[in-house]
Amino acid sequence: MKVKYFAWVRERVGKAEETVEPPASVRTVDDLIAWLAKRGESYAHAFETPRVIRAAIDHAHVKPDTMIAGAREIAFFPPMTGG
Amino acid sequence: MTARATIRIQEADFDIAQEIAALTKGRTDIGAVVSFSGICRGSEHGDPVAALTLEHYPGMAEAEIKRHADEAMSRWPLNGLSVVHRVGRITPGENIVLVVTASSHRQAAFEAAEFLMDYLKTRAPFWKQVERASGSNWAGWRRMWHCVPISFISGNRVPEVR
Repeated sequence: MKVKYFAWVRERVGKAEETVEPPASVRTVDDLIAWLAKRGESYAHAFETPRVIRAAIDHAHVKPDTMIAGAREIAFFPPMTGG
Repeated sequence: MTARATIRIQEADFDIAQEIAALTKGRTDIGAVVSFSGICRGSEHGDPVAALTLEHYPGMAEAEIKRHADEAMSRWPLNGLSVVHRVGRITPGENIVLVVTASSHRQAAFEAAEFLMDYLKTRAPFWKQVERASGSNWAGWRRMWHCVPISFISGNRVPEVR
C-alpha cells in the first residue's frame, strides 16, 4: 500500500510518500503507526506521540482503530490548520 | 435552476467580485450573496509573520470540500456555492480562502457560508507553516506547546492538541 505524509510528519519522516508492505499482524491504523515508528529514528520521531497523528484511508478521515485491509493509500498528518 | 458548487485549489490569487459575478450573472432568482474571505495576518500572538506556506493533500482536499459543499446544498436552499483555497507561499495582506454562497434569502447564505468555513478551518486537509524572522514552524504548534506540562517540553515530546 502507498503511504503519504504531510506537514511536519512529512518533514520528520523525510519523505512525502512511499510504498510499504506491513505484515498481516498489522491490522489497524494504530498498528500501522506502531509498525512505521520502528522503521528508524526519523519514523520514531514522526510517530512518537500517536494521538496527535491524524489519518486518512483512500482520501477519507479515519479513526485509529480502523482496519487497513484493502486500503490503497493511507495518509498521516498533524491536525489540520486550513482556512 | 439547480445549484452547482465550484471548488478550486490554486496558487494564484482570486478576485472576489469576479467570483460573485460568476454565481449571479444572468440570474434573477438570487436575492442574497454572502462572501467570506480569509486573509493572511501580519502578526500572530504579537509576533510578526513574514509569510504562510499552505500545504494540502491533493485529491483528498478537493473530495472533502466537495462532500461538504454537497452537504451545505442539501441542508440549505442555495442557488450557488464557490470555495477557493490557495496553497503555496502567501504574504501578509494576501487572500488565503474564499467562500461564496448564493440563495434567495440571506439566512441560508449566511448559515451555509459559516458551516463551510468552520469545516475548512478544522477538517479540510490543509496545513499552514508560519514563517517568521526567527524561522518557520507549523501552525497550531505554539498553541500546543502552551498547554502542556514542562516535562513534555523538556522531554522534547509532541504534545496533544486540546
